[in-house]
Amino acid sequence: MTFSPGDVLLVLPELFVIAAACLVLVLEPILVPQQRDGLAWLSLGTLVVCMGVVASQIGSKTEAFGGLVIIDDYACFWKLLLCFVSALTVLLSYAYLKEERLQIGEYYGFVLLALAGMMVMVSAADLLTIYLGTELMSLSLYVMAGLKRTEPRSLEASAKYFVLGAFSSGILLYGISLLYGATGSTRLPAIASAIGSQSLDNPLLLAATILIAAGFGFKLAVVPFHMWTPDVYQGAPTSVTAFMAVASKAASFGAFLRVFIEGLGGLKTDWSAVFLLLCIATLALGNIVALVQTNIKRMLAYSSIAHAGYALIGVVAAGWSGNSAGSLNSVASVLLYIAFYAFMTFGAFAVVALLRKGGIEGEEIEDFTGLAKRHPLAAFLMLVFMVSLAGIPPTAGFMGKFYVFMSAVEAGLPWLAVIALVFAVVSAYYYLRLVMVMYMREPGELTADSPRLVMSPTLSVVLTCTTAGVVIFGLYPGPLVNLATLAVQALK
Amino acid sequence: MTHSFPWLTVLIVLPLAGALALCFVKDAAARMVALGVTVADLLISLPLWWLFDATSSQMQFMEQAVWIATPPIHYKLGLDGISLPLIIMTTVLMPLCVLISWRSIETKIRSFMAMLLIMEGAMIGVFAALDFVLFYVFWEAMLIPMYLLIGVWGGPNRVYAAVKFFLYTLAGSVLLLVAILVLYFQGGHTFDVLLLSSGTYTTSLQVLLFLALFAAFAVKVPMFPFHTWLPDAHVEAPTAGSVILASVLLKMGTYGFLRFSLPMLPDASKLFAPLMITLSIIAIIYGAYMALAQADLKKLIAYSSVSHMGFVTLGLFTFNIQGIEGAVMQMVNHGITTGGLFLCVGVIYERTHSRQIADNIGLTKPMPRYAIFLVIFALSSLGLPGTNSFVGEFLVLAGTFLSNKLAAALASLGIILAAAYILWMIQRVAFGVPSPTYLPKLRDVTNREMVTLIPLVVLVFWIGVFPNPLLTRMHPSVNHVLTRAFPPPPAPVMTLDEPDVLVVPAAEESPLPEEADQP
Repeated sequence: MTFSPGDVLLVLPELFVIAAACLVLVLEPILVPQQRDGLAWLSLGTLVVCMGVVASQIGSKTEAFGGLVIIDDYACFWKLLLCFVSALTVLLSYAYLKEERLQIGEYYGFVLLALAGMMVMVSAADLLTIYLGTELMSLSLYVMAGLKRTEPRSLEASAKYFVLGAFSSGILLYGISLLYGATGSTRLPAIASAIGSQSLDNPLLLAATILIAAGFGFKLAVVPFHMWTPDVYQGAPTSVTAFMAVASKAASFGAFLRVFIEGLGGLKTDWSAVFLLLCIATLALGNIVALVQTNIKRMLAYSSIAHAGYALIGVVAAGWSGNSAGSLNSVASVLLYIAFYAFMTFGAFAVVALLRKGGIEGEEIEDFTGLAKRHPLAAFLMLVFMVSLAGIPPTAGFMGKFYVFMSAVEAGLPWLAVIALVFAVVSAYYYLRLVMVMYMREPGELTADSPRLVMSPTLSVVLTCTTAGVVIFGLYPGPLVNLATLAVQALK
Repeated sequence: MTHSFPWLTVLIVLPLAGALALCFVKDAAARMVALGVTVADLLISLPLWWLFDATSSQMQFMEQAVWIATPPIHYKLGLDGISLPLIIMTTVLMPLCVLISWRSIETKIRSFMAMLLIMEGAMIGVFAALDFVLFYVFWEAMLIPMYLLIGVWGGPNRVYAAVKFFLYTLAGSVLLLVAILVLYFQGGHTFDVLLLSSGTYTTSLQVLLFLALFAAFAVKVPMFPFHTWLPDAHVEAPTAGSVILASVLLKMGTYGFLRFSLPMLPDASKLFAPLMITLSIIAIIYGAYMALAQADLKKLIAYSSVSHMGFVTLGLFTFNIQGIEGAVMQMVNHGITTGGLFLCVGVIYERTHSRQIADNIGLTKPMPRYAIFLVIFALSSLGLPGTNSFVGEFLVLAGTFLSNKLAAALASLGIILAAAYILWMIQRVAFGVPSPTYLPKLRDVTNREMVTLIPLVVLVFWIGVFPNPLLTRMHPSVNHVLTRAFPPPPAPVMTLDEPDVLVVPAAEESPLPEEADQP
């Protein structure tokens, strides 16, 4: 393994983020509480710089640290998305933490550390690097989920997330070690060439594939590895939930796709059949269980499970597809889906985070009753997010579904698209129920305890960005499509 | 034939821009803004009627731009003799919808008017779109504003009706999306409707695609047995919503059959024609029969719509020029007549706040002018000669008679039943003795309401007496669809309108060079 000093420059974005995280942790005890707002701006500034550096790396394809890390367009796509979502998280948290009186400076440090882990995940060309990134991300998220120390549900979420997360990491690690046994390497290109055109007749390879799939299944919250999701999403502070639902899922998809397309691509006919089953189960369970939720965070949790199912359609199609061009198109559709999903889900959580009822979070669906009358703009934005989540044009959610269904049809799975669309109709019911509650019911008497929305400048920025993303990419997805198409070329 | 002025884009964008502008005006001004925008849209659409080249079967006023590069999705618009009348019908009806809502909508006027304008833009988009994805986007984009129109401003059971409408139509149209994608890969990697229409597909594929398109279009029409959302939605929607639903939205289903199913999937259409004709006959008789039993005026009109739309689908699947022209005529006629009837119910509902026939009896004495309008629209609805519906229904029945005599005989039953439920309704509503509780509220129609109703009355008689301008415009296009889908040419034409007979041989030859282009 060779190490050249120039490699450090290639991972500059990651180093920036880690340095900023350390700085936040060091400054936090030094600063007086009134000055701690500055930590948010510090984090935000770092993220903006980071996005600039990542953007400048687009177009290159370089390995670093002896092939442990790879900087290519695929990694850059995810890093841009992750940095953007983290920036939104910082902005949302700035408003949310004030409202919750959770003035903890380390918070931003954890956001940055989790981001660093995610960036390592999507940029890793070696299974152990991926594992390290996953752990860094997960450990930070475990802490963040439990940040509401006075709230038992938050602690429960943290503990549950930790136990199941550690368990799934173990499974992933076990899979990696078996794969090492079968192929003699943990590097993805080496694994790919060792597998060649082997099939899963090799029991070691079979076990390794299943364990790695299960390990990622936990991170992606794919049925049947989804059990932790509703409890953790509900219990965690809402800004953290938004971060988990979007960023951690995006990073997991980034690493997952690279492992299965680049590393285990030779086995794609085998694993695509497995993911086909998981995909249908995820779509069915996520959408059907979401129907009966009364808590909006739980509903959005199940909805995020269902959306992982839609993204999985692209993964299945990528494996199913006979030609490599179709396969890459399918991967691109997954990238697009997750990017569009990021905008609409983050926006929805942002509205939920700032809806207060008598000093605490109003997170029952009933609390949205008559929101259109009290806060017409907020209700309208929520309507846009719900319509987009339901996949109705002209929103980004429709474009995301359009591309994954297109890849399914191209791969010769039109019936999978039909199944998924049937569940999309099911999902329309629960998304529109929220619209119905907001628009078609009269709000009760206005009291001190009635739900109200706390607006703040940073929340406005978050909502503007997410709404603009949903609407603009719904009408004109071209730029993002080009970026995703460019990104997947790196996986060839 | 290219026009430099982007007529269709303006027609679509103007209402959408109007909806956006409504965000920045006060509630009081919202009505005027909406009226101004819809009237402007009408005035822009009218020149199309004369600029349209009635001798051509080609798409006119075409506009094309790349919307999304991968896959190639275009912003492609165009008009032919089938979509032109439907677009003009839409632009005529929209100002009337704004006018009828002038007083009856009291809450959130801005949002209401914005929804109407968004609907207008999307509806024109559906009729003008020549790219399948673009069509789908407009088609689906309509769901949310309509859902809100019913659910926010509707009657007592509005939430149920809104959700039912939404889920029904969404469920229908999901298969449409898959069909569009399958067509893309089977039809040479294009979403262009014209290119897809000239492709050939295996019969087994056609059957599956036909069923998928059928799910979307049959729910929208609605054909029996997918009609159950319609009475709920019509009854609970505010008047303007009912008018839009009945007059325009239902036509999108039959338009879809004519624009996509017939030209793209001719073999499957032929295969399913007996089923389609059977369902149409059931709809005609069942709808009329149900209408007989209704005590609610709006429900009566809703079921009469099911019956009338049965004539449209019947005409489409006769596969001859009379049947299809009759169907297109009937689409326009039903829009005018049923729109007029819903406006009439809206007028009376504003006064008595009841839609029950039993509450609204004997209106001739207190409201003579109103009774005239009601009777005109009602007689048009039953297809009295001299009114618009007679022309359409006659053509449909003539076409059906040529292809299937039994079906024609059964469909005629529907006309008799229509006479029964309409005349019985008139007898009660117009000529009874008004109930004393409601009598004080029965003011005659105001000038605003007159303005709302008169344009439709003019159209009822104009089309009824002189349908030729309409027929000549649609003739080449309908003929094109027929010869495209079913070469050799259909049965000889009955002598209805002399000029048409002369056009037929010329139009039959026009598609031939295109045929030669195919590999």
